[in-house]
Amino acid sequence: MASTPVANHPTAAAPIAGDAAPRVERQTGPDGPVLEVLGEWTAARLADARMWRNLQASLHQHAGGETPSAPSTAWSLEGIQALDHIGAQLLWERWSQAWPAELRISDGQRALLERVARFTQQPAPAPKRTLWQRYLGLGDGVLALLSHLHSFIGLLGQLLLDTLRLLRAPSRAPWRDISGHLFHFGATALPITALVGFLIGVVLAYLSAQQLRQFGADAFIVDLLGVSLVRELGPMLAAILVAGRSGSAITAQIGVMRVTEELDAMRVMGISPGFRLVMPRALALAVAMPLISLWTTVVALLGGMVAADVALGISPTFFIQALPGAVDLANLWLAVGKTVVFGLLIALIACHFGLRVERNTESLGKGTTAAVVTSITVVILVDALFAIAFKDVGV
Amino acid sequence: MSQAPASDRPLAVDISGLWTVYGGGDAPEFVVHRDLDLQIAQGEIFSLVGGSGSGKTTLLRHILGLETPTKGQVSVMGQATGQADPRTAASRVGMLFQQGALFSAFNVLDNIAFALSELSHLPPDLVRDAALVKLQMVGLKAKDASKMPADLSGGMIKRVALARALIMDPPLLLLDEPTAGLDPEGADGFCELLRDMHHELGLTVIMVTHDLDTLLELSSRVAVLADQKVVAVGTPREVIATPHPFIHHYFGGGRGQRAMALLDGPSPNNAQPIASPA
Repeated sequence: MASTPVANHPTAAAPIAGDAAPRVERQTGPDGPVLEVLGEWTAARLADARMWRNLQASLHQHAGGETPSAPSTAWSLEGIQALDHIGAQLLWERWSQAWPAELRISDGQRALLERVARFTQQPAPAPKRTLWQRYLGLGDGVLALLSHLHSFIGLLGQLLLDTLRLLRAPSRAPWRDISGHLFHFGATALPITALVGFLIGVVLAYLSAQQLRQFGADAFIVDLLGVSLVRELGPMLAAILVAGRSGSAITAQIGVMRVTEELDAMRVMGISPGFRLVMPRALALAVAMPLISLWTTVVALLGGMVAADVALGISPTFFIQALPGAVDLANLWLAVGKTVVFGLLIALIACHFGLRVERNTESLGKGTTAAVVTSITVVILVDALFAIAFKDVGV
Repeated sequence: MSQAPASDRPLAVDISGLWTVYGGGDAPEFVVHRDLDLQIAQGEIFSLVGGSGSGKTTLLRHILGLETPTKGQVSVMGQATGQADPRTAASRVGMLFQQGALFSAFNVLDNIAFALSELSHLPPDLVRDAALVKLQMVGLKAKDASKMPADLSGGMIKRVALARALIMDPPLLLLDEPTAGLDPEGADGFCELLRDMHHELGLTVIMVTHDLDTLLELSSRVAVLADQKVVAVGTPREVIATPHPFIHHYFGGGRGQRAMALLDGPSPNNAQPIASPA
C-alpha cells in the first residue's frame, strides 16, 4: 500500500477558498487536450450541494455529456489538492469504471483509485418473487396466525395455572407489583378518560336533543343516554383508551426486557416470567378496567346531563331521578362483567406481543403497534359477542 | 507514515483547562475532569486509559461535541467543538461506539451509506458504490451488504460500524473499547484492520481501551486518566515507568505483566512509538 497518506485532509479551520472547489478544466497540452482535475475532491466538499452542482456543470461542460463517457481523453490529477474515497469513486464512475487512455497521477492517488476500482462491483440483483412464492407466502401468513393463536392460548393457560398458584400461596405473590400496576393502569388513567368521557357525553346529548325535540320526546334523552352510555359506550371508550395507553406500555416494557435479555436472566434464576410479569399485569388490568369504565360512564353521564340542561331545559334533578327507572341494574352488571374480560384480554394481548419481540428496535415498534391494533379489534369483537349473547338482558 | 516528531505536526485535538462538573444546584457536585489538559497530534494512535468512572468516555464525548465543557476549551482540528457546523460532522470525525450502535432497522449497506445518502443531492449509484468500497475495505464481503444488524456476529458489527464511521473519510477516528466483546482472534484481526486503516488513510485515531494487548500493540502514545486529570502521557514505555499508584496497579498486575512481554518481544509490525511533545 501507499506509504504516504493519500487522503491528505485540509484542516477544518482553513477558509473555503475558491480554488478548493472541486472542478475540471480542459487545457491544451503539447499532445492534445488534457482534462485537469482541480480542487479538493473530498466528501466534505462534495457534501456541499452548491459545490456539487458546480462540479456537475463543470463536468458537463468539459468532460462532455450528462452520461459518463468512454474515457478516451487524457486526464491529469497533478493539480488536485485532495482526493479521498468519495472523490475517487466519483471519478471512477465518470470514467464508466475503466481507466482513461492517458492518466497523469501520483502513486498514492493511483493506489487509492485502484482500491476503489477493485471494490466497485455490481451488486447481485434482488431476487424477484415468483407467483408460486407468493402463493406459498399465503400459507406462511396462515401458519403465522396459527402460531400467534397457539402461543396466546398457551399464555392464557399459563395465567390460569399462575392464578391457581397465587390462590394456593397468596403470601408469596408479587403484591407490590400488582399494586404498582393498579396505580399505573388505573389511577393515572383517570384524568384522560374523564376528559374524553365528558366530551362524548356532551356531544351525544346535543346530537340526540335535536332529533328528540322534533318528536317532542325530550324526556327520553335520559333513557337514550343512560342505556347507551352505561351498557355500551362507557365500557368501549374506556377499553379503547386503556388499550392504547396501557397496552402499548406493557408491550414496550416486556419487549425491552426481551431485547436486553432480562427475561432470560429471570428464567435462569428459576423465576417464571408468567408468574412475575404476565399475571400481575393481567390481574391489575382486570381489576382496574371495570373501575375505569364505571368512572368514564359516570363522567359521560355528567356531560350528557349538563348538555341536556342547556339544550332541552331538562333539569339535573329530573335527570338523576329518572335515571334508575330508565336503566335496568342488569346493564351495570353486564358492563362490569365485560370490562373485566376486556382488561384481561388487553393485558394478555399486550404481553403476548411483548414476549414475541425480537432483539432489534424495529421489531419492538412493530410489536407495540400490533398489540394496540389487535387489542382494540379484539375488544370490539368481544363486545359484539356480548351484545348478541345478552340481547335479552336489561333492555 | 512520516516519522516526524509530534511537536512538528498540527494538533488534531487540543484540550485545555477542561472542567466537567455534573450536578450543582441542589444536587451534590460531581467533578469528572478538573483542569484537564491534553494535546493530540495529527497521525497519532492515541490511547486513553483509566479506571471505571474516570471520565474516559466523557472525554471522547467532549471531543465529539456531545458534551459541553463546564469550563475550558476543546478544539478539534483547530476549531472549537461548539462552533463546528453539525452538517459537516460526518466528514470531520468518525466514532465507533462500544456496542456498534448500528441502526437496527437498516441493512448493512444502508447503515454504512447513511451519512452519504442523507445528502440528498448525491446520486444513489455513487452512494451505493462508495458504501460497497468501504464495506470491503473493512474486510467484509459484498454479499454481506444485505444482512441486517441483528444477524451479524460481534466482530462483524464492529467492522460495519467502522465502515460507517469512515464513509465520509474523516481525518479523525474515535474508538470506544474497539476490542471489547471480541474473541482473541477477532480482536487481533480488528487491531490489524485498525493499523491498516490508520496507515492507508493517514487517520488520527483516539481510543479508549482496557485491552492491554491492543493498547501496547497499537498506541503511539498513551494518556492515563486518574484523580480527575491526566496523570501521565507519553509512549507506552514512558507511561509504565511513571511512578503513580494507579499506573502501578494497572500495568503491574498479572495481566499487565503478560502484556508487557509483548512490548519487549520482537514485533515487526508494531506501530513505531512517537516522541512525546511534552
